[in-house]
Amino acid sequence: MVGPSRIWREAPSRYRFLGNRCTVCEEVYFPPRQICPKCRRASIGRMEPIQLSGNGEVVTYTVVYDPAVGHELLTPYILAIVKLDEGPRVTSQIVGAGLSEIMIGSRVKTVLRKLREEKGGGEDGGSGDGSGVITYGYKFVLDGQS
Amino acid sequence: MASIVSYGSYIPRFRVEGGEISRVWGRDLRVGVMTKAIPGPDEDTITMATESARNCLRSVDLDLGKVRALYIGSESHPYAVKPSGTVVAEALGITPDLYMADLEFACKAGSTAIIICSSQVDSGLIEYGLAIGADKAQSSTVDELEFATGSGAASFLIGKKGIVDIESMKSYTTDTPDFWRRDVQKYPSHGGRFTGEPAYFRHVTECAELLMSTMGTEAKDFKYAVFHQPNLKFPSSVGKKLGFKEEQLRPGLLVPEIGNAYAASSLLGLTAALDASEPGDRVLLVSYGSGAGSDAFQLYVNDEIVKFREVKNSRGIRNTSSYIEEKEVLDYSIYAKYSGRYRI
Repeated sequence: MVGPSRIWREAPSRYRFLGNRCTVCEEVYFPPRQICPKCRRASIGRMEPIQLSGNGEVVTYTVVYDPAVGHELLTPYILAIVKLDEGPRVTSQIVGAGLSEIMIGSRVKTVLRKLREEKGGGEDGGSGDGSGVITYGYKFVLDGQS
Repeated sequence: MASIVSYGSYIPRFRVEGGEISRVWGRDLRVGVMTKAIPGPDEDTITMATESARNCLRSVDLDLGKVRALYIGSESHPYAVKPSGTVVAEALGITPDLYMADLEFACKAGSTAIIICSSQVDSGLIEYGLAIGADKAQSSTVDELEFATGSGAASFLIGKKGIVDIESMKSYTTDTPDFWRRDVQKYPSHGGRFTGEPAYFRHVTECAELLMSTMGTEAKDFKYAVFHQPNLKFPSSVGKKLGFKEEQLRPGLLVPEIGNAYAASSLLGLTAALDASEPGDRVLLVSYGSGAGSDAFQLYVNDEIVKFREVKNSRGIRNTSSYIEEKEVLDYSIYAKYSGRYRI
């Protein structure tokens, strides 16, 4: 189960692609990191928030026919690694595209979608029983859509 | 009075045809809706509102800290208790110095959001406010509503100086129980033919006439008129009754392509009419919300819309017709799956 506190904590990055940058080496991170793993101690207190564009390119993808719990209604769905224009790579669904429309190298842009719905009583579940919290976050569509 | 500074729309890409619904149930209850817009299973009022608001805000260069109000009107807020607007505002990056509330007044809650934002701008309380109408319209199976309900969202940024001046606005409200959804009920109920004369036609007509008599305007003074669109017949008939010609109604009449998007219905129609407008045009908007009430607006499109349109196009921000044209037609079984009609 994803608790409300985690949803709240991750909202800025999940909702609007807020990452951060090490001002020592200029490396950009998403999701944001406490310290830069390259500069380590030198980066303490020198990580600054950065608004990422949410635009990127498909590095690779797969089609999921055996869905994770909570994704039954979307199956089959495309799961891709997307390289953001600012550098970081993220794993995310590509939605609103037919299986034949997606290609390695396709330009994509972010949209806000429902990620999962929690059932009451702490159990993950299908389309949800309507009593749990809803998690929203980023997915991608092909550029030119949405 | 206040002005529309920017606007944005969002219509989900999936469609189901009225003929397909008719094929499954063996009854043809189509009401002029050829296809209706269906959200994906991971879309709802919050996600659609966010996408339309992003389109709206990306069309202007604005310090987002100046947007100090956000109101979302909808019949399908995902939570009974917990606002939709907090998620949208957080996703837009306009929290926390913000006036915000979810609104509910059936299909007119979105236009009421415009009234509230305009009033706050006019009073000097805020510089800019965002008014949104969004709905993932619910309907029970084998009902006229199933043939008519669509989905979508429209957002309007309201400020002191913009592209479309709000010259006047009026509201008309009575207690008329024509359409309702009780607590914990999944689908709304309606009064059948009672939704017509005493409900839709009375409120839309009276509200429009109240506005036009106050302003001294007539149908011929408007380039376009947009009415709430629960089906094709109602807005067409009310437009004719008020003296509007078909060509004045056509650009904003989206119900044949996307269905009735409830709180987004007339507002999406307005975005399409504004997409077609030129400087100097006047546009009449009259919403309708069951229960019942109407909001009417006399709008004047000023010279700034030309520059706004250039910026919007240069940034690749889609207009309403682009959303209508890009579609993927589903069969009934996939539509039922996407609409949550199967129990997993």
